[in-house]
Amino acid sequence: MPEVSNLAISCVGLKKHYADVKAVDGLDLSVARGECFGLLGPNGAGKTTTIEILEGLTPRDAGDVQVLGRTWEHDERDLRDRIGISLQETQLSDKLTVIETLTLFRAFYRSGPDPDDLLRDLSLDEKRTARVGKLSGGQRQRLAVACALIGNPDILFLDEPTTGLDPQSRLQLWDVVSRFRAGGGTILLTTHYMDEAERLCDRIAIVDHGHLIALGTPRELIAKLDAPYIIEFTSAPHLDENDILAVTGCRGCTRRGDAWQLRVDSLAVAVPQLMGAIDARGAKLVTLSTHAATLEDLFVSMTGRELRDA
Amino acid sequence: MPKPRSPVVELTLARMREFTREPEAIFWVFVFPLLLALSLGFAFREKPPDKIPIGVLAGAHANERLAALKKSPVLLPRIVTEEEAHLALRRGKISLLVAGDAAPVYRFDTTRPDARAARIEADGALQAAAGRRDVFRASEEHVSERGSRYIDFLVPGLLGMNLMGTGIWGVAFSVVNARMRKLLKRLVATPMRKRDYLLAHIFSRLGFLVIETIVVVTFGWLVFDVGVNGSLATFAVLCVIGGIAFTGIGLLISSRARTIEAVSGMANLVMMPMWICSGVFFSYERFPDSIKPFIRVLPLTALNDALRLVMNDAASIASIAPQLAVLAAWAILTFLVGLKIFRWQ
Repeated sequence: MPEVSNLAISCVGLKKHYADVKAVDGLDLSVARGECFGLLGPNGAGKTTTIEILEGLTPRDAGDVQVLGRTWEHDERDLRDRIGISLQETQLSDKLTVIETLTLFRAFYRSGPDPDDLLRDLSLDEKRTARVGKLSGGQRQRLAVACALIGNPDILFLDEPTTGLDPQSRLQLWDVVSRFRAGGGTILLTTHYMDEAERLCDRIAIVDHGHLIALGTPRELIAKLDAPYIIEFTSAPHLDENDILAVTGCRGCTRRGDAWQLRVDSLAVAVPQLMGAIDARGAKLVTLSTHAATLEDLFVSMTGRELRDA
Repeated sequence: MPKPRSPVVELTLARMREFTREPEAIFWVFVFPLLLALSLGFAFREKPPDKIPIGVLAGAHANERLAALKKSPVLLPRIVTEEEAHLALRRGKISLLVAGDAAPVYRFDTTRPDARAARIEADGALQAAAGRRDVFRASEEHVSERGSRYIDFLVPGLLGMNLMGTGIWGVAFSVVNARMRKLLKRLVATPMRKRDYLLAHIFSRLGFLVIETIVVVTFGWLVFDVGVNGSLATFAVLCVIGGIAFTGIGLLISSRARTIEAVSGMANLVMMPMWICSGVFFSYERFPDSIKPFIRVLPLTALNDALRLVMNDAASIASIAPQLAVLAAWAILTFLVGLKIFRWQ
């Protein structure tokens, strides 16, 4: 737990109910200065509602929020000057060029980098005079992050910064985030990509249905899994659950379509036994894969659903 | 690095750039009013008035009456049968029917001005043919002065209508579009002052208003010889205040709308009464006296009245003060209410 005096963002008992959904249902979070904090969860988990309440854009129903030790109610203008935001779905004006857009945003802030320098940092300098409407998805997203960085913020809020981007664009954005973090900046990001959270975040909060279901460093969270390895296989005909649970060191299994997924203590022990069980049933192995457990597996084991399609 | 410009200046520049990069907008703001003025100008160009078509009922006196009526320069008589006459009168193909035996009977619709004129003219022609002598011979002077032609009425009306249309559409589309793209939400996530955003819309509108007004007025002057008889400074003040009033109305209309359809409906709802009542194509003097006070406080009425006073009658700024006050009130109220109820997300 970070020191209270050193908090960039904190919220206690945060609640937001819409007509028929409890989007956020009693959430406590604290983000230390200089930390990269991830909100991980499936679509509809309440990530966007949470981050937008913390950004002072969405009113909350209950709870306390402090950003940089201040509240939105009392210090909105000052806070706006000190944070940078990239929303999930903003489309910047198609008719303006990249440099025009960034120069416009620069005018709103008291201090900040030269727009041209920032474009160079984000490898957008070649697109300097291109219309925003002509940019690729990755370039647009980098411009959105540039607009968040143009006020030289203390905290960067990123709502699903890489959703829908190609792998190379994701890497470029991760690089931008890492450099901001290395410069002492605080980051709060939401994502439903567990690899993004594992790679970028110092600490992660996993949220589902507006509740916090796990909190910690990526390593701590994965350690919460009862078993560190995952085996996924299909056979013809299918095996019964009892056959699978009989495998030594198997901590549980989940059916995913045709495939079974096992959480096991040791691959060296479990794989040969599983083969034996398949033989004993007179079945044939169709596919087999194994991997070290990830946050995705943690989410599946905690909720029975997958991050991507929950 | 150059010092960043003020947010209002940057927002105004951004708005102007967006606008000039939108080809359709250029058409509606600059080309459309010219096409409209051109077509209407030709439809109502100065020409000898049409002769009034009248009918002479077939019968004993028909031919002599036809000959007498043909001598009138304003009548276009022809012989019609009883059945034809009924239908022609009803459909307005003839304005008057001359019937009767020894003494003529005039059959016509008294609410039609041309029918009444035709009755007097026909009676005069028939009386003369029957031997009535004029007591004196009157002569005529025809008036077609600059400032009293229909086109002199029309050009200021079109200019007013154009300022209304571009003010309301220009702002409404851009605001609702930005709201739909969540650009408004992104902007309020910065330290930008909300009133700066709305002010920038007004300032950028004024930039285009200058060009737009010059284009329409120059066109009216070159093609139809309709100029600004009053002082150009008064004219400029009037156009600017009028332009701001309609930009304010555009902001108010778009302050809550979430879709282009919603804002289009609202804009049409607001503009329709003004197209009809505010004296663009015809004078609102024809409306009943009881509703004229309401018509006069409409912003387009105030603008059109004042434009005609300045352009045609060379009115001073003091004499258009009532209209300027109406426009200024609209500008201030709509801006303040719009800012208050504006939906940013």
